[in-house]
Amino acid sequence: MSALIELTRFSKNFGSVPVLQDVDLSVREGEVVVILGPSGCGKSTLLRCLNGLELGHAGQYRFAGQELPATTDWRQVRQQIGMVFQSYHLFPHMTVLENILLGPLSVQKRKRVDAQQQAESLLTRVGLLDKRDAYPRELSGGQQQRIAIVRALCMNPKVMLFDEVTAALDPEMVKEVLEVILDLARSGMTLLIVTHEMAFARAVADRILFMDGGRIAEQSAPESFFSAPQTARAQQFLEKFSYVENMPKRKTS
Amino acid sequence: MAFDVEFALSTLPAFVSAVGVTLQVGFIAIGTSLCVALINAAITAFGWPILRPLVRVYVELARNTPLLIQLFFIYFALPALGIRLSGFASAIIAMTFMGGAYLTEILRAGIDAVPRSQIESGLSIGLSRWQLLRHVILPQAGILSLPALFANFIFLLKETTVVSAVAVPEILYTTKSYIALYYKTYEMLAVMTGLCVLLFVPMSLLLRLIERRLQHGQFGS
Amino acid sequence: MASSGLELLWVSAPQLAQGIGRTLGISLLAIVFSSVGGFIYGVLRNLGVRWIDGVLRVYLELFRAIPVLVWLYLFFFGLPIFIGWSIPGFWCAVLVLSLWGASETGEVVRGALRSIPGGQREAGLAIGLRQLQLYGRVLLPQALRRMTPPLINVFTRLIKTSSLAVLIGVVDVIKIGQQIIERTYESVLIYGFLFVFFFLACYPLSAASRVLERRWNHS
Repeated sequence: MSALIELTRFSKNFGSVPVLQDVDLSVREGEVVVILGPSGCGKSTLLRCLNGLELGHAGQYRFAGQELPATTDWRQVRQQIGMVFQSYHLFPHMTVLENILLGPLSVQKRKRVDAQQQAESLLTRVGLLDKRDAYPRELSGGQQQRIAIVRALCMNPKVMLFDEVTAALDPEMVKEVLEVILDLARSGMTLLIVTHEMAFARAVADRILFMDGGRIAEQSAPESFFSAPQTARAQQFLEKFSYVENMPKRKTS
Repeated sequence: MAFDVEFALSTLPAFVSAVGVTLQVGFIAIGTSLCVALINAAITAFGWPILRPLVRVYVELARNTPLLIQLFFIYFALPALGIRLSGFASAIIAMTFMGGAYLTEILRAGIDAVPRSQIESGLSIGLSRWQLLRHVILPQAGILSLPALFANFIFLLKETTVVSAVAVPEILYTTKSYIALYYKTYEMLAVMTGLCVLLFVPMSLLLRLIERRLQHGQFGS
Repeated sequence: MASSGLELLWVSAPQLAQGIGRTLGISLLAIVFSSVGGFIYGVLRNLGVRWIDGVLRVYLELFRAIPVLVWLYLFFFGLPIFIGWSIPGFWCAVLVLSLWGASETGEVVRGALRSIPGGQREAGLAIGLRQLQLYGRVLLPQALRRMTPPLINVFTRLIKTSSLAVLIGVVDVIKIGQQIIERTYESVLIYGFLFVFFFLACYPLSAASRVLERRWNHS
C-alpha cells in the first residue's frame, strides 16, 4: 500500500539549533502512529512541519504521493490534514457550530446544509450535540478539546495530527478525549499522535516512534517497544514513566 | 527655487530665542500642571466632599475641549470681563488648565494601581491618612505612572506649538512671521522642520526607551 | 445680556451651522481615513515582515514626535513649493489629521492584535484560512473589544485637533465665531459657545469609551 506521508532526510533548524535531523518516516493510510520522546526532542515540531506551520530546511516531504516544497500552497495541504492542539485554540468569539463550520464554509466553500449536517452528526458522535450553540468559555476543557477535534474532522481530512491534546486537561477529562481518538483509530482514520499517556499509546498505536534529540531513535510495534525497548535512551525514558506506577510503598502493612 | 542659505542663517538668532521660548513655556507648564495634578490627586485620594466632584468636572471640561479654544477664551474673551493677560501668561494658564487635567488622570490611575493591601498594611501600622499618602501611596503611584507622566510631559512640550496662535514668539510663530515678512517660505519651513526634528524626535525616542525600561521596572530592580 | 446673547446665537445660527459642518466634516473624514489606514497599518505591522516594519516605524515616529500643527504648516505652505500643487486648507487639514490619526489608530490596532494568543493564528491556519480570512474572521473580531475604547479616544483627539484647521485659514466654526466677534464684540459669548460645542462633541465619546472599557475589559 502507498504511503500517505513520507519524509526523507527531513531536517529543520531554529536559528542555528537543529530540532529535526534526517528524519525518515513513512505513514501508511489507516495507520496509527504514536510519537513518544522526552520534551524538546522535536516531536511537536515534526507534527507542525507536516502541515506547514513550520517549514523544513532540508529533505523531502511527500503527502499523498505529491512532493511538497516549502513554497507549496499550504492551504490546500492543511485542508487534508486536521490538527488538534494542546490548548484547543477554539475561536472564543464564535459558537461551537460557528467554530466547526468556519473551515468547511469559508475555506472549502461547501453548502451550509451539508456541512451543518456533518457537523451535527460529528457532534453527536462525541456526545456534544446539545452544546452546539454554546461559546467555548461555557465549556469544560475536555469538552472544548472534543469540539476542537470535531472542528478538524469536519474538513474531511485524510490524516489527523494530535499534539499532546490531553496535556492541558484535568485528569478526569482525559478519558473522554482519549475515547474519541480511540474511536477514530478504530474507524480506520490515519492518525499521528504525540502524547505522554503511555497506556493510551500502547492501546491505540500500530507503531511507536521514539524520538530523541531531533532524530527518530527507534520505531517498533507497541508491544515490543514497551516490553523490550532497543535503545538505552528509550529504556531510561520508559523507566521514568513506570517510576510512579511501581513506586515502592512507604509503609508495609 | 534656490535655498537662500544666507537668509536662513540670518534668522538663526531669532530661532534660538524661539526654541528658548518653546522650552520655557513647556517646562513652566509642566511644573504648574504637576502642581495642579498633585493637589487634585490629594483631593481625590482623601475624598473631600465638595472638592472631589469639582475635580471631576474640571478634568472632564479640560480634557474634552481643544487647547486652542481654552487659549482663545483666556486671551480674547477674558479682557471683556476685565482680565487682561499677555500672550505668554495666557499660554501658561491655558496649558496648565489642560495639562493639569491630563496629569490628574494619570496620577489617579497610578493611585488606583497601588494594591489595596498596601493601604491596609499602612493603616495597620498606624499611619495617618496624610502619612499614608505621602509615604506609601504617592511614591508607588509615582513609579507606576512614570512612563505615562513622561509621555504627557512630551505631549505638553509639543502642544506649545499651539500657543503660536496668541503671538507667543516660539518656533512656529517665528516661522510664520518671517514667512509673512520676507516670503522666504522654503527656507523658513526647512528651519522650522529641522528644529522640530532636533527637538522632538530625540525626546520621543527617549520616551520609548524609558517606557521599555520601566515596563517591568519596580523598586529594587 | 442673556437674552441678547441667545438672540445673537439664534441670528447667527445658519452661519455657525455652516462652520460646525466644516469642523465636523474635517473630523469625520479624518476619523474614517484614520480608521482605514490604522487597520492596514496594524495588520501590516502584525505580519512581522522586517522591511515593512521598518518603513512603518519611521512613519510612526515622525507623526508621533512632530506636532500636528507643524505638519499642517509643512503641508499647507510646503506642498505648493515642493511639489507645485496647493491643496485647499480643508483638504490639507483632512490629509494631515488622517495621516496623524492613522499612526495613532494603527498603534491601537497593532497592540490589540498582539494581545491575541498565537494559538488562534495557528488554529486558523490549520483549517486552511487564507491571511485575509484569518484577520477578517478570527483575529480582528477578537481584537475589536480590546481596541474599541482606545480607538474612541483617538477619535475625540481628532475632533479636538481639528480645531487647528483655523490656523491654516479654514473657515471652520472657530473662524465663523471670530467673524461674529469682529462685528459684535461678544467674545465671551462666542468663545463660551465654542467651548460648549467642542465639549458636547467630545464628552459623549469619552464617556462611551470609559463605559465600554469597564464593561469589556474587566470581565
